[in-house]
Amino acid sequence: MKRIKTITTRDLNKSSVSGGCGECQTSCQSASKTSCSVANQQCEQKKAQ
Amino acid sequence: MIHQYKLAGYNIIIDQNSGAVHSVDDVAYDAIALYQDHTAEEIETVLRDRYPELTGEDVTELLSDIRELEAAGQLFYEDPYEEVAKDLKIKQSVLKAICLHVAHGCNMDCRYCFAGKGDYSGKSGIMPLEVGKASLDFLVRESGSRRHLEVDFFGGEPLLNWDVCKELVRYGRELEKTHDKKFNFTLTTNGLLIDDDVIDFCNREMGNVVLSLDGRPEVHDFMRHTKRGGGTYDLIIDKFKRLADARGQKNYYMRGTYTAYNKDFAADVIHMADMGFKETSIEPVVSAPDADYALHDEDLPMLKDQYEKLALEMLARNRRGEGFKFYHYTVDLTGGPCIYKRVAGCGVGTEYLAVTPTGDLYPCHQFVGDDDMKVGNVWDGITEEAVIDSFRNGNNVYTRDACKDCFAKFYCAGGCSANNYHTHGDINKVYEFGCELHRKRIECAIMLKVAEEEMAND
Repeated sequence: MKRIKTITTRDLNKSSVSGGCGECQTSCQSASKTSCSVANQQCEQKKAQ
Repeated sequence: MIHQYKLAGYNIIIDQNSGAVHSVDDVAYDAIALYQDHTAEEIETVLRDRYPELTGEDVTELLSDIRELEAAGQLFYEDPYEEVAKDLKIKQSVLKAICLHVAHGCNMDCRYCFAGKGDYSGKSGIMPLEVGKASLDFLVRESGSRRHLEVDFFGGEPLLNWDVCKELVRYGRELEKTHDKKFNFTLTTNGLLIDDDVIDFCNREMGNVVLSLDGRPEVHDFMRHTKRGGGTYDLIIDKFKRLADARGQKNYYMRGTYTAYNKDFAADVIHMADMGFKETSIEPVVSAPDADYALHDEDLPMLKDQYEKLALEMLARNRRGEGFKFYHYTVDLTGGPCIYKRVAGCGVGTEYLAVTPTGDLYPCHQFVGDDDMKVGNVWDGITEEAVIDSFRNGNNVYTRDACKDCFAKFYCAGGCSANNYHTHGDINKVYEFGCELHRKRIECAIMLKVAEEEMAND
């Protein structure tokens, strides 16, 4: 596409099929302890691939 | 729903529900803004008026591309996840992380401490080893088939009870073998008691270490005092450097707090980077609104400007090959969490509990000391099911009206329940001040990812 570049991202809808194993890190256990953020968490299944 | 914004020369479209991100030129930016409420003829008229060089063929091709993305579910994708949220009650039925308050007491005297100078407005206390072991047993017992478990050594100052921390790591390693679990231990420390033993042990055993530093010496020393009232920057900075270097500058975070006294906090993060730290983080202070250091709504424009300033500086440094990480800008667009995680949030009170030195359980560290939120203990387990149910049934992006139309909801998963509760007395009434900052951080983070991808393609 000439005017639109699509950045590679995880398809959230497809992730509902294989997701939900719950093995990922609890978000508040990371750096912040006050500001919830999940976007920087890694999927354990993706990490293992 | 889409969110579009311009930052650092990039025109960015975030498709909220699919997670797709597009970088577009000015013409496409305007066309996408018009697309849902205008006919093709109307869009062509507007665009050719704004951009006289455009031909009718150009507009036709652009509209065809937009339709293609829409058909592929990457633009204007409708939210299909409300049903997913209904499964969460089942999926959030096991515990996987505890915040272990091994010491309610501190060797610093920070002015802004949310934990009541380390003791959470209760009695000071050091967690006995037996309470710690019972906490790990409780975690294993309640974790069902979950394999990855997390334990954060927290306080007060956990290094005041360092021998117990070490013994608990050894005990956890035994539990791993007998119960097929994998513990990720982490430590949050003010640094005063860091020595070679702490550095060696942390680097062997701790998956992450959070080091409290507010940034510039004068900013840090204004808030973070010794018990005698002196500054602490000079007492900790070399220890932090040694620890971070010994870890290969990985798996740690310098973690600052900004207040009304350093609303120009971008300079504090940049100071951390200038000191050689590669993994940084800073958070707004948690405080009563009448505190002299409290942040207020009228500060938001300046604070947002600071996040933007920080992002631009990081972009410039990335381009020079001198990049560093900032916690909130480390967005993983391809390997990030699935939609369940993005809907469910932090797991407070369900997947995550805080344990006090006496073994009492609270939904998270920010509720410790609030008697209404004491939910049990590590020997008897959860005794206040009604409180836990309020988190299990009412803590996701679909239980919060304010989240429904927010483009950032799948990046924050509904925000911090503790902040909501402490501001409004209700975990589902969002802490709008925090939301405003989070939306700005997400805009900056996505911009940096777009810039990174474009740099990689150049």
